[in-house]
This record gives sequence, structure tokens and C-alpha cells, in this order.
Amino acid sequence: MMSDFAFPPGLIMVLGAMLIPMLGERQRLFALLGLPVLTLGAVWGLPADASVQLAFLDYTLEPVRSTAVGRLFATVFAIMAFAGGLYAHRQASVTELTAAFIYAGAAIGVTFAGDLLTLFVFWEVMALGSTIVVWSGGTQTAYLAGIRYLLIHLFGGVVLMVGIVAYAVDTGSLNFTAMQLESLGTWLILIGFLVNAGAPPLSAWIPDAYPEASPSGTVFLSAFTTKTAVFALLVGFPGADILVPIGLYMVFYGIIYALLENDMRRILAYSIVNQVGFMVAAIGIGTSMALNGAAAHAFAHIIYKALLLMSAGSVLLMTGKRKCTDLGGLFQSMPVTAINGIVGALAISAFPFTSGFVTKSLETSAAANEGMLIVWLLLLAASAGVFLHAGIKFPWFVFFQKDSGLRPPDPPANLRLAMWLFSFLCLAIGIYPQPLYAILPYPVDYQPYTVDHLVTQFQVLLFAGFAFFVMLKQMRRTLTISLDFDWFYRKFFNEIGNEFTGRTSIARGIQEQKAVAGIRRMIDRLYRHHGPQGILARAWPTGSMVIWVAVMLGLSLALYYA
Amino acid sequence: MNTPPKDTNTQTGQDERKHWLYRSENLPKLWLIQIVILLLALLPEFFVHHHPHFEQSSFTLDTSFGFFAWYGFMTCAGMVAVAKILGIFLKRKDTYYDE
Repeated sequence: MMSDFAFPPGLIMVLGAMLIPMLGERQRLFALLGLPVLTLGAVWGLPADASVQLAFLDYTLEPVRSTAVGRLFATVFAIMAFAGGLYAHRQASVTELTAAFIYAGAAIGVTFAGDLLTLFVFWEVMALGSTIVVWSGGTQTAYLAGIRYLLIHLFGGVVLMVGIVAYAVDTGSLNFTAMQLESLGTWLILIGFLVNAGAPPLSAWIPDAYPEASPSGTVFLSAFTTKTAVFALLVGFPGADILVPIGLYMVFYGIIYALLENDMRRILAYSIVNQVGFMVAAIGIGTSMALNGAAAHAFAHIIYKALLLMSAGSVLLMTGKRKCTDLGGLFQSMPVTAINGIVGALAISAFPFTSGFVTKSLETSAAANEGMLIVWLLLLAASAGVFLHAGIKFPWFVFFQKDSGLRPPDPPANLRLAMWLFSFLCLAIGIYPQPLYAILPYPVDYQPYTVDHLVTQFQVLLFAGFAFFVMLKQMRRTLTISLDFDWFYRKFFNEIGNEFTGRTSIARGIQEQKAVAGIRRMIDRLYRHHGPQGILARAWPTGSMVIWVAVMLGLSLALYYA
Repeated sequence: MNTPPKDTNTQTGQDERKHWLYRSENLPKLWLIQIVILLLALLPEFFVHHHPHFEQSSFTLDTSFGFFAWYGFMTCAGMVAVAKILGIFLKRKDTYYDE
């Protein structure tokens, strides 16, 4: 047994990332591909019940705890880092690559955290790493978006930390395990997790920050933060009823805002909120089938969402354009990018024989098994909506639509290879889901490929697609963004601040004038009395003093006799 | 993949240079292909017996003819309509935050 010593698998990439800046280009590629493979080996090399415990003050820390769900997330995070490294290594800056690998390693650290303090430390390392990835976009917009992103996550981190402290005081333990929502501490921990999941009201940080990163930066960002939040919710709050409405809200929020959006990468960013909404709702349902569904969906989602963003990133890299109004017709000169984008789009829409079909259906079936009719109907509508807002909208407006006249070639080989790899995984998981089902946290008793399921899924999706083309005129792209909760911290408070500054500066001006006038009056008065002509400063003749003395003496005499 | 906007179809002189997807004479064919696919998707309704998702409750709509087809279509049309209406209030020029 290795229970005495087990190296935290997350640290392989966190520490290995420090080497990246020192390596030459060829060795760097070796590190970018080697570190995730090494991590994968470490994840599966650990015994299934491995645990490292340390005493810390009055508490027990458990920096390594091997669990089925943790291994699942760590596996897909490592796969993601591998493909992301392959995709990024030629065009991304060394800063971005280093930050992205620290970020990915910290995410894996979270999946092995057996106590809340370890979780928190890795959680914050992720926030810092991902902020640097956003900043690596290199523009002023990216810098400002990164600042806003960091502020949201530091806020979430503070809420989480306060919750952890309150929880530790309440229970005397830092053990990271399923919690009940019955104390302030657990509520704050839940809120801290939900901030990172992109739950309302703070969902806007995802479409605000992610699309400002570089083409490869957005690919990395899409994978880790929201999915570690899903992992944390899965372990900490399975079956918490409040997660069902929160998840459903996120699902429809993502669809509506993506339908209104014009920027291709912002469409996909809204779609992250939509997809995480499915997982959050499933965690709220809380049966073993629903939790399996959330975990499997997260696994599949990381791969197809990264694939979609790789496709969008390739378009951005080759054209420098990101708005649907500027794009279209690219399938003619970028067939590889288009095909891979379409595979990702089919997978996210849960078309049969793709990874979405065999994973998302676990969640909807779980809702049906629990007799949750409304939830099931809404999830079914949302599944159709996914095809609408991401599955057709993204490939249609980028690769087909009108002919924009742009004829860029497909991107360099490393980007194409990364896309082919993830397309292969999307289809492989869809056609042969058993290996994925085998590593889910609970035993799977589910058969996705029944005639009934195939027929109904095709009908829902094809008729959703029909609705798209029938209503295409209603969805003409406009040069607009949509107001969201970030309006409050980007505009409203800004305006209030400006108003406050304006008004206080006027008030201060008036007060200052008054004060200056008062001082000036005082000086005038002093001058009048004490100045060269002042009555109190005049040289008086001796005679007048003698007169006054005589008057005084006369008065005292008169008083004395009176 | 079948309804290119009108402006690309007006310049018929360039048709021989255009990809066949963008040629105006192919537009009806593309719609026809789509309708045929939709009808094919509905065909199994005549043979397949749908298992009810909610056996305990009285809800049996999901076993009725073409439920998944019209539900998919209607909800999507609904979502586009809702987005359109919300867009009236939420849309701003994309330079809104730049100033």
C-alpha cells in the first residue's frame, strides 16, 4: 500500500509548469505532452483508496484522497491539458502555457482534495492561473476583462473561505464530504462553489472574460473552472433540492443569451453556462443515476466544448474575425476546421453516436425516473434548445450562412491534430460508451441505444433544426451585445460612482469657496484693525493716553463716592 | 444548410463561381431534402411503440404520435420568440461598454 506516501497528482503539472519557461521549443512540446501523460499515470497508479493525512493545528488535512469521481474528473482534466498543449504550443505565449498548466494542475489538485483547506488552496491557485491565461490575450480589453474576472473569483473565494471557517468551527472537522444545507457555513460554501459554476446572478463572468483570451487560452479556460465547481458540488451537495431550479435557470439563460449573441466565442461561452446548468440540475436530483449523469456529462462536455472552441479559435486565428456578421462560407477553404466544428456541434447537441447522446440522456432519464415531470419536460426542451443555440447556430453562421468572401486556409498541423483527436474522442465515447460508464462513480444500469431513444432523439433534434431554418429571419445577426448582470458592476455602479464624484466635487467646491471667503474676510478684518492703517496698530500720542488715564481715574473717583 | 440570404442570390452572373450551396436554383432542392429527412424521422412513429417515461402518473403525452417532433419544434420556436422579445430590452450596440 502507498497510503504512507502518495504524491499529489495535481502537483506534477503545477511544478512541471515551472519548467516550461526554461525549455527550448522542442523540449517544451515534450513537456506539454509529457506532463499530462505523467499525471494520468499518477492518477491511475494510486490505489483506489489512497489517502495522505497530515495533522494541522487541531484539524486533519488530507491533501490526497483517491475517489472514483475525483479520478474521473482528473482523467478528463489531464486529457484536456494534453490536447490543449498540443493545440497551443506553436502560437501561444510561454506565459500563457505556463499559467494554463498551473491552472490545469490545480484543477486536478481539487479533484484529489480530501479536506476543505486543500481544496481552497488549489481553488485560489486556479483563480490566479486562469486570470493570467485571460491576460495572455494581450489586448487592453483582455486586461480589463481579466481584472473583472479576478474580482469575481476573489469574491467567490472569500465567501468560500468564510464558509469553510464557519463549517470548521461548527463541526470541528475540515473533511470534504457531502454536507447538509443547515448552517450558515454550508450555505456560504455552496455559494462559493456556485460562483465558479457560473450560477445566477454571477453568470456573466464566463462570456465576459473567456472570449477575450487568445484562441488557445479560451480552450483551456472552458474546461477547468466550471467543471471543478461541478465536481465540488457533486461531492459536497448531492441531492440539494435548490440546485434543480438553479440548474434549470442556467440552462435557459445560456440558450436565450446565446441566441441573442453575435460573437462566435461568446455564443460558445453562454453555452458553457447552459451545459453546466444540466449538470447542476442533475446534482440537485441527486440519485445515483443523476450523479453518474452529471459526472459523465462533465467528462463529455469538456471534450466537445474544447473541440468547438478549438474550431472557433482556428477561425479567429486565420481570419482575425470573431463576429458572425463578418463570417460565413468558410467551409469552402477551411474544411478540416468545419468538419471538426460540426462534430463538436453534433456532440453538444447529443446526436446519436456522439458523446453527448450517451451522457446527457442519463440526466434526463434520472429526472423521469424520479417522476419529476416538469423538470423532464424542461430538460427535453432545453436539449432541443442546445441544438438550436450551439449545435446549428455556431456552424451555420461561421461556416455556411452567406458567403463572406473570406478564403483563409485551415490552421497549422498542431491545431488540426488536436481537433482530430477530440473529434475522435467525441465519436468513440458515443459509439462505445462502456469504458466511460465503467469509471463513473456508481454502477451503471442504463442502455442508451434503444430504438425508442434513437427515434425520439432524432425527432427532437431534427425538428429543432427545422425550427431554426423556419425562423432564420428572426435570428438575423446584429452588431449588438446583451445586457446582463455585469451591467451592474460595469455600468450602473460606475455611473453611480461618477455621479457621486461629480456631486461631491461640486459640493466640495462650494465648501471650499465658502472657507476661502471666510478666511479672506478674517484676514481683511485683521488687516483693518492691525494693518498699517489699523486702529489697533496706530502709534498713539502720549497725550491721548494721559487723557484716558485721567478719565479712568475720574470715573473711579465718581464711583467711589456714588 | 439550406437558406442562404437573398443578397447572395441576386447576382446570378457569378453563379458559376459560387459553391452549389449558394446557388439560388438549389434553394428549393435543399428545402425538399430537409422535408424528406423530417418525414423519414417521423416514419418510425407508425411502427415503434414509445415507452412511457412516467409510468406511475397519468401523463401519457410522451407516447402519443409525434410528440417529440412537435415538442422539439414548438419549444425551439418559443425560445427564439422569447429571445427576440427579451432582445428588445437587452440588446445594446456592441461598443456599449467601450467608451
